[in-house]
Amino acid sequence: METTQPAVMDSSSPTAEDMLSLQNINTYYGPNHVLRNLTLDVRKGEIVCLLGANAAGKSTTMKTIFGLVKPRSGRILLEGERIDTLGTDAIIKRRLALVPEARRVFSRMSVRENLEMGAYMIPDKAAVLSGIEFVYNLFPRLKERDKQTAGTLSGGEQQMLAMGRALMAQPRLICMDEPSMGLSPILTQTIFDTIQSVRQQGVTVFLVEQNAFMALNIADRGYVLQQGQIVLTDTAKNLLTNDLVRRAYLGG
Amino acid sequence: MAYFIQLAFAGLAQGCIYALVALGFTIIFKSSGVINFAQGEFLLVGAFIASVATFEWGLNFFLAVFIALLITVLIGVLFERFALRYMIGRPAFAIIMITIGLDILLRTGVVMTGKANERPPATPYGIASGVNYGGVHFGENALWTILVTLICCVALYIFFRYTRYGLAMRAAAIDQEAALAMGVNIRLVYALAWGIAAAVATIAGIFLAINVTTFDSTLGSIALFAFPAIILGGLDSIPGAVVGGVVIGLVQLLTQGYESHIANFVGIGFDTITPYLLMIIILLVRPYGLFGTRKVERV
Repeated sequence: METTQPAVMDSSSPTAEDMLSLQNINTYYGPNHVLRNLTLDVRKGEIVCLLGANAAGKSTTMKTIFGLVKPRSGRILLEGERIDTLGTDAIIKRRLALVPEARRVFSRMSVRENLEMGAYMIPDKAAVLSGIEFVYNLFPRLKERDKQTAGTLSGGEQQMLAMGRALMAQPRLICMDEPSMGLSPILTQTIFDTIQSVRQQGVTVFLVEQNAFMALNIADRGYVLQQGQIVLTDTAKNLLTNDLVRRAYLGG
Repeated sequence: MAYFIQLAFAGLAQGCIYALVALGFTIIFKSSGVINFAQGEFLLVGAFIASVATFEWGLNFFLAVFIALLITVLIGVLFERFALRYMIGRPAFAIIMITIGLDILLRTGVVMTGKANERPPATPYGIASGVNYGGVHFGENALWTILVTLICCVALYIFFRYTRYGLAMRAAAIDQEAALAMGVNIRLVYALAWGIAAAVATIAGIFLAINVTTFDSTLGSIALFAFPAIILGGLDSIPGAVVGGVVIGLVQLLTQGYESHIANFVGIGFDTITPYLLMIIILLVRPYGLFGTRKVERV
């Protein structure tokens, strides 16, 4: 280990600016202590990325936010409201949306049905239709494949569909788990461009990525996760030049 | 020719009953991975309640059917809520044992009323009524069985294709965690699956009871023929359940009608084993069935 010092945790009390705030989260899988005292926050309108190697706990962080795994201790606040005690459906109802790792589109359903599932918590039919229109404008490729079974789409199209599906929920905060996984550089660029345009529409973005360079280029701030612990947090600009990040994630 | 049409018609009606039972199996299996061995007893309980409501309480047939549907759906939903819910994540065989327990409980419950012997079925038309056309007798009950099965299939198709909860059930069957992440309440999905399965089984039970003219507590054993049907169609395919049911019904009735004509040496009663022979052949050559997906868990 070189001189890289773990940055001092910003554990000040959450402010009104906070969209999402994880406070001292400890999550276990059976006897395995996966997330260790994890604290992070995402402010309104930000793109925040969480970097980490395989098995660092990135996906577990996502699952914990969405109540798919329950933390053993700690608190999760969404705009000041505690959500770690809620069920997943109640969390989704508060307009959080997830783009899961490996996309997880509903393979034997059509593109349109996948989008309808994204709007599962939106009761207003007209809003669902305009949502589909919005997604088709964002990804014209999907419009061409409206009736096609999602399982037959290419990897890039499936990623677009997974993003579109999440946007259908009219989210305040969209959480994306490895959106670049398995995609060509060009497709990855398309996806990251879309993430930026999503943010411009006022949606806060929390991004988990292995592709640190791409993620830090669009993010405002970042956290580095190692073995379930946040070891570093800074602005994205500083992280791009940080020694630890450069060595571990940027290959330089 | 008239003889063949007669057999095919009876086979189709019989197959429709298998199809309804198989539908229940498949819907529960798809949404929760549970194989429900109590499916047959929903036929018995449904037919029994309808019969008691008609003959003991003097109710109108349709009201009796409504009450039968209400009670069986309630049994299904409550069983899921208070027994199976606590079995999530347990080994498949433990869950199967629990459904066998429900099977025994329901049948014994019917027997304990002391009214289960030579029960007359609830029916809105004459048991033997029907029309003759071209030397073929089209029984009224068989005609209604086919028509109502068709209506059930169309209703289920519309439900799964166009309604919010239908979509949610399909999504949960494909990827439960992804469905959860869309806000789908998985408990509701399970409850719906058990409710639908109980309802279609009750409908099947009422038609079956009329078909056999009097019934007792063994009425539900017909569900054993739904196993070849779901294996044939593919355990996780809803259209497969319907096609499988109809094919098994046809094969069974045609064997019954021709066994003494064509293959005298097999004797009579060969029709009881043809569905299972078909099942064994399917398991050997195409274990995921005609319409099933290849990755189906073996139990």
